[in-house]
Formats: sequence, structure tokens, C-alpha cells
Amino acid sequence: MKYQPIIGLEVHVQLKTDTKIFCGCSTRFGATPNSQTCPVCLGFPGALPVLNKKVVEFAIKAGLATNCKIAKRSIFARKNYFYPDLPKGYQISQYELPICEHGHLSVTGEWGEKKIGITRIHMEEDAGKLVHSDIPGLGSNSGVDLNRACTPLLEVVSEPDIRSADEAVAYLKKLHQIVVYLGICDGNMEEGSFRCDANVSVMPVSSDKFGTRTETKNVNSFRFVKQAIEYEIERQIDLIEEGGKVVQETRLFDPDSGTTRSMRGKEDAHDYRYFPDPDLVPLVISDNWIEESRISMPELPETKLKRYQTELGLTEYDSEVLTATRELAEYFESVISEGAQAKTAANWVMGEVTRGLNESGLEITESPVTPKQLAELISLIDKGTISGKIAKTVFDIMWQKGGEPAKIVEEQGLVQVSDTGAIEKIIDEIMSGNMGQVEEYRAGKEKVFGFFVGQVMRVSKGKANPAVVNDLLLKKLKV
Amino acid sequence: MKITKDQIKQVATLARLELSEQEITTFTNQMDSILAYVDKLSELDVSGITPTSHAVPLENRFREDVVTPSIGVENALANAPDKVDGFFRVPKVIE
Repeated sequence: MKYQPIIGLEVHVQLKTDTKIFCGCSTRFGATPNSQTCPVCLGFPGALPVLNKKVVEFAIKAGLATNCKIAKRSIFARKNYFYPDLPKGYQISQYELPICEHGHLSVTGEWGEKKIGITRIHMEEDAGKLVHSDIPGLGSNSGVDLNRACTPLLEVVSEPDIRSADEAVAYLKKLHQIVVYLGICDGNMEEGSFRCDANVSVMPVSSDKFGTRTETKNVNSFRFVKQAIEYEIERQIDLIEEGGKVVQETRLFDPDSGTTRSMRGKEDAHDYRYFPDPDLVPLVISDNWIEESRISMPELPETKLKRYQTELGLTEYDSEVLTATRELAEYFESVISEGAQAKTAANWVMGEVTRGLNESGLEITESPVTPKQLAELISLIDKGTISGKIAKTVFDIMWQKGGEPAKIVEEQGLVQVSDTGAIEKIIDEIMSGNMGQVEEYRAGKEKVFGFFVGQVMRVSKGKANPAVVNDLLLKKLKV
Repeated sequence: MKITKDQIKQVATLARLELSEQEITTFTNQMDSILAYVDKLSELDVSGITPTSHAVPLENRFREDVVTPSIGVENALANAPDKVDGFFRVPKVIE
């Protein structure tokens, strides 16, 4: 029998705020255990949470960027369960009235363009961290670090619209790109700033009733998401084919083996008894606030991608490469705003700049050559001061040692020679030294032309203006 | 009788309470009469009324995203029944 997988994703986006969602403790990663805690995030009796305004601002932006409707009124709810990383015995989250609903993202791939619905986005606090080893004196116990407790998260819940592991990855990459562009999440998957749980079920293609789903947790890279979903689809199909039944359960992805396994003991805990948190007053968002958020949002990758093609005349491929990250797009746009022509700037950014970054292991924001310097270099080519070939040499010097392009050209004596007299002199010398080739050319062997160009360039150390060289050679060889 | 013993057992499990058979019977009866009393409210027609989530007419209380000092590891752990090397120590939990 053929089966159709049905996939929905829940993504936890850790927000890039300085402080926690309900208290002023720092959210800095990697601090001494329990050093970033206070009565609120430790869940001490009587301590009261106060909402971090920036979390709301970030949530609104995330909602707008994913085509959601922003709720005029939303409330916080308590999700009740016991676990040692949750000091209050409940997680403050949103339930009935989340801040964003009814959104979607479009993802393209071999399946064409596809809209994936976003059911809701809500705000919530993260739990603490459990440590099971590597602490002296821990014995057979677990250690609890509550630094992460109360860190702001957005949970983005998709509709079960996804039909393959590849679609799931495309959706995640898109969402990841958006939250990073918005500057609301650092996107660091290794540190858990962007985590994904995958709900997977399968049904016979002839059926219209979804099968029983499992929820796989702990899939923290795009590669793992693909692995985990593919494994889970296969496991469920095998199970059904063997006459078994899929059990609704939470499963854990094991990156080492690329498999998922059942998390026993969590199944019976799915009775969270949500109720409105009386400690937090309702959140009312005005149209004005939404409009202000919309205005303060950066141009999103999808819009940029279209604009680069329509306004700047770049190819789809170039546009995609240049908009991959906000930083790269901003670098490229700065080069243009410093006067460079779009196509030339694109070639340099995707070529020399990217090569330089890869070779030296730097981020675009750390590029030794600034957009302004690159634009100046390009203008030297446009003005005919240096050839494109020499420009690469200048670029390398700028990259290695720094400095302004015009100054480097001057100091290194790299100014292009366009003076016909000087070039003619070189050509004459070369021709008289290579009469054989001259005869060959005149006898119709036009390929020899390249030989002469090469010789002129060699003698002029690449500084001769190629257009002038071509012109003069043609004239002289024809005589 | 609206509340069953199984429901009481389920609530007890969720609250990590161990109840004796005697207690289960007692609480089932008590809970049942409490709920029967509260059930009077369902006689009211509340159609068209927004559910009350809060008793006070307040909204939008915020703090700015500015770091305030934490209380320090020592204070954080001062009341912990068990601790080790800056961590709270709890019975092994692993999935």
C-alpha cells in the first residue's frame, strides 16, 4: 500500500531580549548555573511576574511577517505539570487567546510553491535546564540550573499541511530566515535558540482520515529534522504493514543513530489543566501599535528577493544568494548605495568577497573590505583606471593589508595604461620579435591573436587597457 | 454522584498525591457536594457574556527590557533541601 505522511511542526523561537519574559534577570547564554535567577524565575511564593514589553513587540513582528492576524486582546494561561526544571509547577503560556493566529508561509521546492498554514504563535516562558552528569558530587542525581527558566519564547505552530521531510525543512529554513532577519532571534540552533518538535502521522493515500500521530522532540538542526521525520515515516509505515498500530506518544530523536525512541512516562501527563493566569493582566494591542511595528520592520527576504529581480535586474539565483542573510543583503545594498552598479556589485560580493570570507572563516559583518571601499574599487574599473584583472589584485591587497583602493593602485603603480603610444611601442617590439606568428596571423590563422594579447599583457604586467590593446593589435596585424 | 473515584484518583496523580482508599471515598463525596453547590451557577444564562479571565479591570502592565541584578547563586540555593556545586540536586530524572 502507498502511504501519505502528514506533518505539522511546532517551533520554539528563543527571543533575543536582554532580560527574561517576566523578570529583569539577564538571558545571557553560558553564565554560571543559577546566577541569573530571582524570586520570580525561581518560583518563590508571592513573587509576581511582569511582562517584558519587548517580547510583545517581537511577537507582533513575528506575526506580521508570517501573515498572521494579531489579536486585539490576548491573555496568559498556566500550563500545569510537574517537572524539576519547572519551579512553579506550571509554565506561563498562552492557550485560548494567543497573540497571533491564522498565518501562513509560502515555501518553494520541487513541489512548486506551497502555502503552509500557521495555526498560531504564542508567547511563553522556557523551563530550566537539567544536568545528568559532569558535576562532581552529583552521584546518581540530576542537577537543576534555572538560568534559562523564564527565558522568552515564541511557539510557532503550523497546520498539518506539510507532506514530506523536504517540505518541513523548507518551511523551517524560511521561518528561521524570517526571525533572524527581524532581529528577534539569534537563530543559533546548537544553543537551542530555534528548536523544533515534529508531529508526524501516515495514512493510506486512499484515505482522508489522518493516522495516529507521534510528536518527536529534540530535533535541533535542519539535517536532523529531515532525518527524524524520514525515520518516523518509515517506522510508522513498517509498523502498520506488520499489522501493528501507531501509538500516540512523545518520541525523542537520537542524533547519533538518526532514530527516534519512545519517551516513556510522559504519555499520561497530557492533562495540563490550562486556566488564565491571574498574575498577568490581559494584553490589549492597538491598531496603532501594530502599525508602528509594521513600519519598524526590516524589508523581509521574500520582498527583497522580488525587488532584486524586478528593480535591480538580477537573476533569481543571484537574488537568492544575496538575500540569504540580512547581513549579506545589507552589505550588498551598501555597495550599491555607494554608487556601484547592481550587477557588478553582485558579482563582486558573490565572488571575491564570499571567497575571502570562506577562506578566512569570517562573517560578512567582519569583512576587512568595507562596502564603501568595494564601491570605490568598482568605480576605478568603471573609470578605466584599472582593469578588472588588476582590480582582483588590488582587492587581495585590500583584504590582506587593508587600505583604500585608489591609494593602493597609486602606490603599487597599477594604473592601467591606456596611452596608445606606450602600448603601440610594446606591440611593435613583440611583433618584430615574433615575425613567424605575425605571418601565421596574416595567413588567416586568427587564433594567434590571443598569443599577442597575452604577450602585451605580460610585458605590461597586466596594466595595459585590454580594449586599447585589442584595437591596436587588430590595426597593426592587418597591415 | 457526579464525580467518580477514578476522577479523584486522576487528579491526585496529577498533583502527585498518594491517597488511601478511605481518603478517596471521603474526597469523592466532598468534591461532589462542592461541585453540586457550584453547579447552581449553571442556572444562569451567560450567553453573550465574555468569560471573565481577571477580576480587576486592568490591562497592559509592562516592564522595559532592562537587566536588574539577580539575587546570586547563594541566595537562589539558600532554601534548597539539596544542592551541589551551584545546582539544585534532585532525584534522577532522565528520558
